[in-house]
Amino acid sequence: MRFLLVEDNTDLAQSVQTRLSMDGHGVDWAPTLQSAEDHLGSATYDLILLDIMLPDGDGRDFLAAHRRAKRDTPVIVMTARSAVTDRVALLDSGADDYVTKPFDFAELEARVRAVLRRRSGVAQTTRSYADLVFDPLSATVVVNGDARELRNRELRLFEVLLSAPDRIFSKAQLCDRLFSYAETVTDNAIEVYVGRLRRKLDGSRARIETVRGVGYRLTQT
Amino acid sequence: MSSARATSPSIRQRLVLQLVVVAALLSGLLYLSVRTVADAAVETTQDSILGAATTTIADELRGGEDGIEVDIPYTAFSMLGAIGQDRVFYRIMVGNQTVTGYDDLPAPDGTASGLEPRYYSRPFRDVDLRIAAVSRTVLVQGRAVEAVIIVGQTRQGQAAIVANMANRAAALGLGFFVVATLLSILTAGTVLRPINRLAEAVGRRGPQDLRPIHRDAPRELAPFVTALNGFITRLGGALSRTETFIAEAAHHIRTPLATVRAQAEIALRQTNDDATRTALRSVVRAVDASARSAGQLLDHATVVYRTDQRTDERLDLGALTRDIARAFEPTADLREIVIALDVPVDPVQVTGDRLLLESALRNLVDNAIKYADPETQVDIALKLGDGRAEILVCDRGRGLSGVQAQALTKRFQRGENVGDVVGSGLGLTIVNEVAQAAGGSFDIVNRKGGGACATLQLPLS
Repeated sequence: MRFLLVEDNTDLAQSVQTRLSMDGHGVDWAPTLQSAEDHLGSATYDLILLDIMLPDGDGRDFLAAHRRAKRDTPVIVMTARSAVTDRVALLDSGADDYVTKPFDFAELEARVRAVLRRRSGVAQTTRSYADLVFDPLSATVVVNGDARELRNRELRLFEVLLSAPDRIFSKAQLCDRLFSYAETVTDNAIEVYVGRLRRKLDGSRARIETVRGVGYRLTQT
Repeated sequence: MSSARATSPSIRQRLVLQLVVVAALLSGLLYLSVRTVADAAVETTQDSILGAATTTIADELRGGEDGIEVDIPYTAFSMLGAIGQDRVFYRIMVGNQTVTGYDDLPAPDGTASGLEPRYYSRPFRDVDLRIAAVSRTVLVQGRAVEAVIIVGQTRQGQAAIVANMANRAAALGLGFFVVATLLSILTAGTVLRPINRLAEAVGRRGPQDLRPIHRDAPRELAPFVTALNGFITRLGGALSRTETFIAEAAHHIRTPLATVRAQAEIALRQTNDDATRTALRSVVRAVDASARSAGQLLDHATVVYRTDQRTDERLDLGALTRDIARAFEPTADLREIVIALDVPVDPVQVTGDRLLLESALRNLVDNAIKYADPETQVDIALKLGDGRAEILVCDRGRGLSGVQAQALTKRFQRGENVGDVVGSGLGLTIVNEVAQAAGGSFDIVNRKGGGACATLQLPLS
């Protein structure tokens, strides 16, 4: 997916950019509202990540102008203020959702997914692998015309494996993607979800292979 | 919040008291003057009748060769008899000799002065008499003789009339006093109404309303209004500076925290060294904990502030609950927790401060998702009954481990079994404070079969 990140703090912007690109997203960075306008004029984005306090204005004014201009790119606001006081105001001014800094990227991604799912008319995001079709937004895999719904962690696990087929992912790497960093989990917890995902992929040529002592990888037969 | 304040005596009380004292004095004065005038009037009237009777008798006095001849006219006494049961005495004297009548009826001092009656009061045989005396010259055996006619009358009738008059005067005085007191209270109310209106207009304002007061105020209150407006302006300035400061402070603290967290996540993705990973995880947890504490402290401060200065409105608790539940869906989804909603379709009207209620609901739902086991269901139900709305938020998780709700609603107090769940110990404090402020109640208990069940009760509007 392609994001426009409007954030004036260089350090944060760069780390968000790096972090999102690790998940295979493209991120353009606009340090000012003016620069954001320029970007929006020359490219289309799936989502805008908007900071509120910017050197050349208030993000909420930008948001209001954005909505008045009938541009429907979804916007997720990154607020640094207390969630209670800002929530209503933010949603009223046209934000699709918001996250409070510092945010968990897994949660950001979940919210992005929820926003995009609510929005109709978003370009198809399906991916094909072997004989199956995967739609991350609706969280389904279609195997031989049979659509199977993936639960959240199965979906995330599949996304990770599908981002680099044939590459071996360690249990630790997979855990990072499936569990919050704040949660303490053993690496073995991943086995449960690998097992479930395997059942969902049943009947397909795609399969998850255990590489003993190292991890897992997605392959096709 | 009404706080007991030492107040000087109220203007209203003082005003009413002063007016009532004046009214009492005036009523007394009125009573006395009516009585005096009535006394005088009754006495004058009685005297005239007595005088007329005396003069009538004097008219009938005839001199002759044999002496004085008098034919006491009946009309003279019937005139006097008009008043009550009074007794009448008479005496006709020539020189010092009593010609007829009671010879001990007191004679006037000195000489009588012709037909113009002289009036005087004297005791006579155990009663008080009012007496009129006239003198007349008659010819007896060709000689001019001075005859004195004295008529006395008891004063019971007059006393009765005076007493009657006095009663009426007293009733009049009392009536005047009552009317004056009522008018005083009304007047005090009218005089103080502009002050009360002004106080109401200021008191009714919401916490965000810092506009100057434009209400018409009497000239006497103008300096007060001007001073108040000056104060409001200064307060507004200070508040907006504080708000800006807090917002900027939060921005400047949370933005670097966000950077630290993002960098730690990136580093976690790039390293396989267990020790480093453990260290990075604790960095993430520390960032989350400090951000959460800061956020909850701010929320708590907001709740405390708004509890004092809340802007109550009628709102649909059902819609609010649905809204909050939806906002938490992605968060719940991360732990594969399903939020099950059981909320009536029809609006559930409560009166309360939207921000406060929302903050209470958020904390309840957030808690349930945090402490629930993964892949379970969080049940949110809104029930009605007995003039109250009840929001139940139940999870399947570690529960309370015997800790009472009372302990958990204390500031910075957390359960014994929170384990590694990041929290500030303020969530349930906020919920409890909101419940108290809204006239409701809050409780959290262990759920049968594991987990906790939080109940927030609010009065329906």
